[in-house]
Amino acid sequence: MNTVETLGEILRRRGVSRRGFMKYCATTASLMALPPAMAETIAARLEKASRPSVIWLSFQECTGCTESMTRSHTPTLEGLILETVSLDYHHTLQAASGEGAEQAREQAMTANAGKYLLVVDGSIPMGDPGYSTIAGMSNVDMLLDAAKNAAAVIAVGSCAAFGGIPKAAPNPTGAVAVSSLVKDKPVINVPGCPPIPVVITGVLAHFLTFGGLPELDHLGRPRVFYGESIHDRCYRRPFYDRGLFAETFDDEGARKGWCLFKLGCKGPVTYNACATTKWNQGTSFPIQSGHGCIGCSEPDFWDLGGFYQALSMPTQKLGKVAGAAIAGGTIAGIAMAAHNRSMKASAKQSHERVSTDELEKGE
Amino acid sequence: MNATAMDLLIWARGTGFSLALAIALFGLTLRVFEILSLGRKHDFAPAREDSPGSGLRTVFSRSLPLPGMAQKSPITYFGGYVFHVGLLLVIVFFVPHIEAIRAVIGLSWPGLPTAVIDMVSVATLLALVAVLFDRRRNKVKRMLSGFGDYFAWGITFLPMVTGYLAFHHLVLDYTLMLAIHILSVELLLIALPFTKLTHVVTLFLARWYNGDWFGRRGIAS
Repeated sequence: MNTVETLGEILRRRGVSRRGFMKYCATTASLMALPPAMAETIAARLEKASRPSVIWLSFQECTGCTESMTRSHTPTLEGLILETVSLDYHHTLQAASGEGAEQAREQAMTANAGKYLLVVDGSIPMGDPGYSTIAGMSNVDMLLDAAKNAAAVIAVGSCAAFGGIPKAAPNPTGAVAVSSLVKDKPVINVPGCPPIPVVITGVLAHFLTFGGLPELDHLGRPRVFYGESIHDRCYRRPFYDRGLFAETFDDEGARKGWCLFKLGCKGPVTYNACATTKWNQGTSFPIQSGHGCIGCSEPDFWDLGGFYQALSMPTQKLGKVAGAAIAGGTIAGIAMAAHNRSMKASAKQSHERVSTDELEKGE
Repeated sequence: MNATAMDLLIWARGTGFSLALAIALFGLTLRVFEILSLGRKHDFAPAREDSPGSGLRTVFSRSLPLPGMAQKSPITYFGGYVFHVGLLLVIVFFVPHIEAIRAVIGLSWPGLPTAVIDMVSVATLLALVAVLFDRRRNKVKRMLSGFGDYFAWGITFLPMVTGYLAFHHLVLDYTLMLAIHILSVELLLIALPFTKLTHVVTLFLARWYNGDWFGRRGIAS
């Protein structure tokens, strides 16, 4: 594949106007919370950037992340920018299959050693390598082999970033996140089930523009997109503060757009850009369509109790525990009562009566 | 991957809560049984006068200061009122708490706006600090105070302060602070039957008993 042509040239060849390109750069700058003046820097850098080789590995995943990214396709510029990276291996999107496909991966790894971006979606089974293999190669072997000469690794989706649904209790395949295997390379986590398309492309744009990694939070997520909770940026937040909640999905509160906390919204512990960037080109996001946030960009969100159980509720069934505790307390109480009574009785028995005469004599 | 704040939160809401609730219920049942089973010696004296309702009346009347006492120890009384009423309002009328209670006992009621809960929380925290300060400053109170008193203060203060910090996203990441808040409540639940905090239950028994006994003997209660 041709890696000499710059992004600017490609975009012009595709008929993207200078105005459209600058608009994209300005949007990217504001998304990444950079000062407006940075739009020009981004434009200048992107203009000159050559198409970096991208190797995309898919392990234990559902292809939702790829689906999400392809939804940013026509006619948006994000889609074009994405097309203009040299996607050398992606077994869902590439035309080649079998030996040819694997050869493409090996060629790209040799030709761009030290420079290619490794994108991973899906978790890696450590229980038994046979749970997931590609061309007879286990996921863990393929990941470590590809990560060895990568410039950086981007873990796309909650499965790659944190283990996701394969890791949900009881984790039958022994699934792990990319970051628990790749230790010697920078790993950027772009979680979400799936992640917002513009967040995936934004991270790529940041890499192309600045040649480095964006500032990451304690979970390895770019702060610009995962810096604030859904709850804090939610347009329904005023209803939470006023104490107005939907109690069911079809009551008056739901129709009036009140807060969905009682219906299990996990917005308060979920850090993502859904409430600000939104989905489908800024059309909407789950809460706007009337459903609480399920917390999909957080580690182990599948084990966070039921999707429809309020965040403050205990997650285990308490009836039996409470019953057993009260029964145990009653039995212990009766035993304690018996013990106290026998102590009292023995104290009474051992009590010697003393008459006043005896007392006077004693003196 | 290392354990995350989310792992801690999942444990706190799951196993942690079940354990804490079980210990609290076990302990409280045991304590109440123990107290009731001790019994009292039969009173052979006839009741001085008939005073129906003196037990129930005393449950409430003991919450009022004796004449002149509020002026003598204003911090004890007003600080005490503010933090007790504040704790009650925050625990019982903050919507996430109502949801937690609903999950345990199946009952729910309308909550208060967060701005009101926020103000009450600040007042409660200040009152708790004031009564602690007074306990240390006043010579008699300091002499009477032991480890149990400071421990009880600490485990009451901790859920309040962590809840406040979590709500305002202060000091720690919200998820971690929320997990710590829930864990601190669990600590409080576990300690409830085995510290002087058992008074949340025994208060009613004790006051009723005293009121009734005083009524029998013709003493003002």
